[in-house]
Amino acid sequence: MADKTTGVFDHTQLIEAAPTRKIGWFERFLGPDNYRVLIGLLKTPASIIGTILILFFVIIAIAAPWIAPPINPNEPYKIPRDGFKSDPRPMGAEWNVRPPPLPFWWKAVMKTDKWVHLMGVSEGQYDIFYGVIWGVRTAFKTGLVVTISTLLIGVLVGSISAYYGGAVDNIIMRIVDVFLTLPFILAALIMAAVLTPKIGRSLIPAILALITFGWMVYARIIRGDILSVKERDYVMAARVIGVKDGRILFRHILPNAIFPTMVLASLAIGDVVLSFAALSFLGIGTQIGYADWGQLLSFARNWITDLSTYWYIVVWPGMTLVLFVLGWNLIGDALRDVLDPRMRGRS
Amino acid sequence: MVNYIIRRLLLLPVLLFGVTLLIFGMLQFLSPVERSALYIRDIPKNEKAVEGVIKRYGLDQPLYVQYWRWLVGHIDPVTDERKGGILFGDFGYSRVGSQPVADLIKQRFPNTVDLALWAVAPIIFVGIWLGVQAAVHHNGFIDQAGRIFSIIGTSFPTFVFGLMVLMIFYANLRWFPPSRLSDWASQAVYEESFHRYTTLLTFDSLLNGRFDIFLDALRHMFLPILTLSYISWATFLRVTRSSMLETLRQEYVTTARAKGLPERDVIYKHAQPNAMIPVITYAGFQVVLLLGGVVITETVFNYPGIGSAAADAARQLDVVTVLGFALFNGLIIIVANLIVDVMYAFIDPRVRLS
Repeated sequence: MADKTTGVFDHTQLIEAAPTRKIGWFERFLGPDNYRVLIGLLKTPASIIGTILILFFVIIAIAAPWIAPPINPNEPYKIPRDGFKSDPRPMGAEWNVRPPPLPFWWKAVMKTDKWVHLMGVSEGQYDIFYGVIWGVRTAFKTGLVVTISTLLIGVLVGSISAYYGGAVDNIIMRIVDVFLTLPFILAALIMAAVLTPKIGRSLIPAILALITFGWMVYARIIRGDILSVKERDYVMAARVIGVKDGRILFRHILPNAIFPTMVLASLAIGDVVLSFAALSFLGIGTQIGYADWGQLLSFARNWITDLSTYWYIVVWPGMTLVLFVLGWNLIGDALRDVLDPRMRGRS
Repeated sequence: MVNYIIRRLLLLPVLLFGVTLLIFGMLQFLSPVERSALYIRDIPKNEKAVEGVIKRYGLDQPLYVQYWRWLVGHIDPVTDERKGGILFGDFGYSRVGSQPVADLIKQRFPNTVDLALWAVAPIIFVGIWLGVQAAVHHNGFIDQAGRIFSIIGTSFPTFVFGLMVLMIFYANLRWFPPSRLSDWASQAVYEESFHRYTTLLTFDSLLNGRFDIFLDALRHMFLPILTLSYISWATFLRVTRSSMLETLRQEYVTTARAKGLPERDVIYKHAQPNAMIPVITYAGFQVVLLLGGVVITETVFNYPGIGSAAADAARQLDVVTVLGFALFNGLIIIVANLIVDVMYAFIDPRVRLS
């Protein structure tokens, strides 16, 4: 619709047909794809519930010293024991031997001075409430440490393998295959069992075991992503100009390939906490009496026949574990749903 | 196709070699004294014996020497015969099981196979059915309920679910006990008149005409199967559902409907078989996992399979048993993976022709 008199193209009709949208600075900063992901995330009911759950746990983790005050502030992860008898006691049982300091809210709510076992006591008289509350901190610690480490190692190995290709790629992928052949729990069990005499029973053997057998998943995925991105035009263009390999890898390829990996990482935190709890349950992992959910659940193993009376040993730590993992799974699932059409776009 | 199989088979020993190297490497973290604990009961009391054991089993030799010894055995200087050596079939002696490792595997593996066999049918068929229903009634009640079930199922660790199920069905109701057989049935099984045709207790009891033992075995297996199923269904549902949804979007489905075919035929005769392709591979992996011995489930329910045996051995640092189990496990997983891949190529003509 050129204006015949002036020879200048008349844009007004175009603009009216397709009005431009105001793009805020945040959207500009994240980029159109990432921004869409974030909005999608905030709108899905699943991810909202997941985020609320995780926030809830974060608050408990931070407030642990005030909800369940430790006996010895230098060793807060040691669950206080009310004597040494082997029979578990029910919820609401009074605290007889050397009770820890009263939490600040107890006197106001219950109006008595006697601290009570809110969730009962397991065999060996370990307070379950204390274990559950401080277990949140343990879960966050182990989950984040293992996930970040496996992510870093996996991304590094996968990137090297994919970028250089050829023999390097082949050898690394064979090594990954070997690692993947062993069933995860068995391998982690062996490694943790082997490291325990050397390092002593603490979080570290189990964490190292989970890291050693967890990085392969990320290596494979990032390798696949990079392989698909490698052939794109802008990478070829960068190479032609003379940009060095490392720089291409870090500044151009990785930022684009890393998004699906982060989806998996968020789901993985839940998985890691589950695996860690499984290791503790089997007897490898933290020492007895450490505030960890798997630890608490392992106490139930000797009381299977009487579980109807001692249900609280299983239900409280178990339900907390499930809710924690559920929160992360919901967020990860929502992320995956939002990213799916985008991921499907690239083959 | 044949090339593909041959190539994978050639890779098998390489992978197994790598696996054993990995485990051997891990076990080298222990000092010779710690490893000699395998052969001596009470170390502080028998300190002098420790030196002898270390010398005799070569526990202080360099890694490759020990590995070679484990692989091909060594010639006993006294009797001049070869002792040990994986390649000659001697898996060594298990302290945890108080018998040779090979015998321990032979004793425990049939139990795991039994469990896997009886678990496969419920897991696969119910899981697929759930997924198909969820996809067909997209966004309906079954779909939403199924998604919630799926999400919660993947958040439930096996042992928590197992403990809860034990609590309800065993501690409270006494319907389904854990472990393998009741006392009276275990005694009956070891009698002379009970012939073991297949070494699988359920089928053996049927073949022997002992219906009561068969029911007893099933009753004990119910809870582990339920636990395994619940968690598998959660993922099965999701995989089947997304695959089915994608298939239902294809053009040939619309064509079939336009042709006037009954909806039942469209879904079950045309869409579902095609949607099953990724599901079958996933089902194959599930079976592989089951055969590998589900460590946690077997431990929770005290089920005497290779999973719990391996867990016991690992916890007590029984080096020989752990190596033997890892080797056996690795073999099963690699072979089963190969079968799954071949099946996949068989079912999907597109893979075959590519």
